[in-house]
Amino acid sequence: MSLKRIDLLICCGSGCVSAGALKIKERFHEVLAENNITNEVNIIETGCMGPCDYGPVMVIYPEGIFYQKVTPEDVEDIVKEHFLKGRPVTRLMLQDKDKTIQIQKDVPFYHKQIKVALENCGYINPDSLEEYIATGGYEALGRVLLEMTPQEAINIIKESGLRGRGGGGFPTHIKWQMVHDNTQEKVKYIICNGDEGDPGAFMDRSLLEGDPHRILEGMMIAAYCMGASEGFFYIRAEYPLAITRIKQAIEQAKELGLMGQNVFGTDFCFDAEVRTGAGAFVCGEEMALISSIEGQRGNPTPKPPYPAVQGLWGKPTVVNNVETLGNIPTIISRGAEWFASMGTEKSKGTKVFALTGDIRNTGLVEVPMGITLRELIFDVGGGMIGDHKFKAVQLGGPSGGCLTADHLDTPVDYENLKARGAMMGSGGIIVMNEEKCMVNVAKFFMDFCVEESCGKCSPCRIGLKQMLEILERITSGKGKEGDIDELLRLGESVSKLSLCGLGQTAPNPVLSTIRYFRDEYESHIRDQSCNSKVCLDLMHFNIDKERCIGCSLCARKCPTNCISGSREDKYTIHQVDCIKCGNCFDVCPVKAVEKIPGMHPEIVERQKEMAKAAKRNDD
Amino acid sequence: MKTLADLKKIREKAQEDLKLRSGNTRVKIVVGMGTSGIAMGAREVMKTFLEEIATRNLTDVLVTQTGEKGLSSIEPVVDVIEEGKDSITYGNMTPDKVKKVIAEHIVNGRIVSDYVVQTGN
Repeated sequence: MSLKRIDLLICCGSGCVSAGALKIKERFHEVLAENNITNEVNIIETGCMGPCDYGPVMVIYPEGIFYQKVTPEDVEDIVKEHFLKGRPVTRLMLQDKDKTIQIQKDVPFYHKQIKVALENCGYINPDSLEEYIATGGYEALGRVLLEMTPQEAINIIKESGLRGRGGGGFPTHIKWQMVHDNTQEKVKYIICNGDEGDPGAFMDRSLLEGDPHRILEGMMIAAYCMGASEGFFYIRAEYPLAITRIKQAIEQAKELGLMGQNVFGTDFCFDAEVRTGAGAFVCGEEMALISSIEGQRGNPTPKPPYPAVQGLWGKPTVVNNVETLGNIPTIISRGAEWFASMGTEKSKGTKVFALTGDIRNTGLVEVPMGITLRELIFDVGGGMIGDHKFKAVQLGGPSGGCLTADHLDTPVDYENLKARGAMMGSGGIIVMNEEKCMVNVAKFFMDFCVEESCGKCSPCRIGLKQMLEILERITSGKGKEGDIDELLRLGESVSKLSLCGLGQTAPNPVLSTIRYFRDEYESHIRDQSCNSKVCLDLMHFNIDKERCIGCSLCARKCPTNCISGSREDKYTIHQVDCIKCGNCFDVCPVKAVEKIPGMHPEIVERQKEMAKAAKRNDD
Repeated sequence: MKTLADLKKIREKAQEDLKLRSGNTRVKIVVGMGTSGIAMGAREVMKTFLEEIATRNLTDVLVTQTGEKGLSSIEPVVDVIEEGKDSITYGNMTPDKVKKVIAEHIVNGRIVSDYVVQTGN
């Protein structure tokens, strides 16, 4: 007999877990037991609800009350006031300007979002197959198997206009069709690419963790369409929860007869297993991924032959991204027309983005294609933190590029982003304010690509390393005239000559920042000055004597003892010994320590002397 | 699992457990849980509602609660809200009265006028 009257949905996405969601859950168990109402409340761990910045978040049904930034100390209040007395705790609700937002659907963060792949993420219990079925799960699979031929189902995907969500945007139905049309080969494979490696991206992980059955159902529909009877989930080992959830989903589906022999009484038989990747970025590339599943070193191979012709163990194979598969069940159940009604001419449907950086609402969002960057950053993302100004947005991770304030009205779709030097990528978006140095950003991504290059082809292995060395020179004040042109030349060669997508796209962050922020590169090289005060060699700290109160805090906190002075004379930094750790800047109670772009004249002088001395020694 | 009908059966049963989240309920029962309501036995009243609903397996009835309604002299107070109808407020509720309201009003649609203290909002 169920006396449950409250569903307590605690977001257990990684953001909320690291903010303490599991402790809160424990506390709820304790407090509910103390108050003797354990049998009246369902505590449910859900996947990511999206607004990571407000975490830990929770939603309480039947009312749909949304609480944010909950701490274990708040649990007692929630139980005593809300659960026992029916008075929701206003202080834990989101404040928007002078309005208190009570229920989840009124939170502005959700207003421009349309959830397709993320439909159940944060709403159902990912551990429960029943809850997935309750939302209509596996009905699409049943309908496809019982009422459609593979070709009919492929046609629906074709009409929907679905394109690969992993980055390239290749039309999904073409891959399926190619493998479907190969009738000579009896053994075919479907692979779900869950090797998400872009810095700052967590779309695939959230989907696998929050709604594993949806991905499994999508994979089985794909398998039926192309005639495959075996599937692989390639998920990186850094995603242990995603791996556990998918393995569990496979077990549950088998138990209920939704997977295995003769699904729904048809001839369709299917089995899937999980392969864990060791975390190499290049394994997200489909040929390298296939090698890795085969047990080989994760190296890409030249295309053609494409995997659709000769893939896993030489058999026709389709590799689909997690999000692509997540869209399939909904397209089948709601129709191609409905899906194609969202988006732009060539990019249909919605896209999941991981929104991060210097904006107010970081988190997981799903928006219709064609939304402008402005809407995405300022409406969904809530705009910049504090009084900072928007400077640039990096889309597509290490393969993508940076766009500027001039591009804010660009519709977000495959073609428009590509035309401006960025790319959709898998959906990582990093928003940056005016304090970020674009040369440094380019260096960061280049460093990542050099680290992750598999080393098989020389343009990528050697070219990227050369580019990184130039960038390191520029950011340490040793840039030379001609460095920018050299970067452009190298970048273009690497793009053209590399074997796989990693090398072909790796120069993009450098090329796009040179395209839009050339003046920053120039000031680094010519004036030896980082105007954003990020590159430590091209900036210095100084104490403003007008403002200094002589408290000596900075001198006491300086690890190299390079600050001296007195209450009367105020304090001074001895530039030659300064290691620019920034302690003085952080501790000054009156903000008298300032960051100043450019090298300090003393340092310039010293460098000249040292160069002279070196020359004398040589002579 | 052989047919779509099999799947539908599982789904209907599973939807029960998602009832609180879906918001698709025919009747909503709102129990006033202010300090005076609790003092007068509102928790017992709510518990009886939950038990009755569970034993009778009423899948389309939702029990929720609200704070002080300002009707202290006739606590515990309960609102029965049905889509498209005037809401009915019952006062001075007891577990026995709850059983009657469930049997008469919720199941058979006959308002128990003896306990009604207010109709509409």
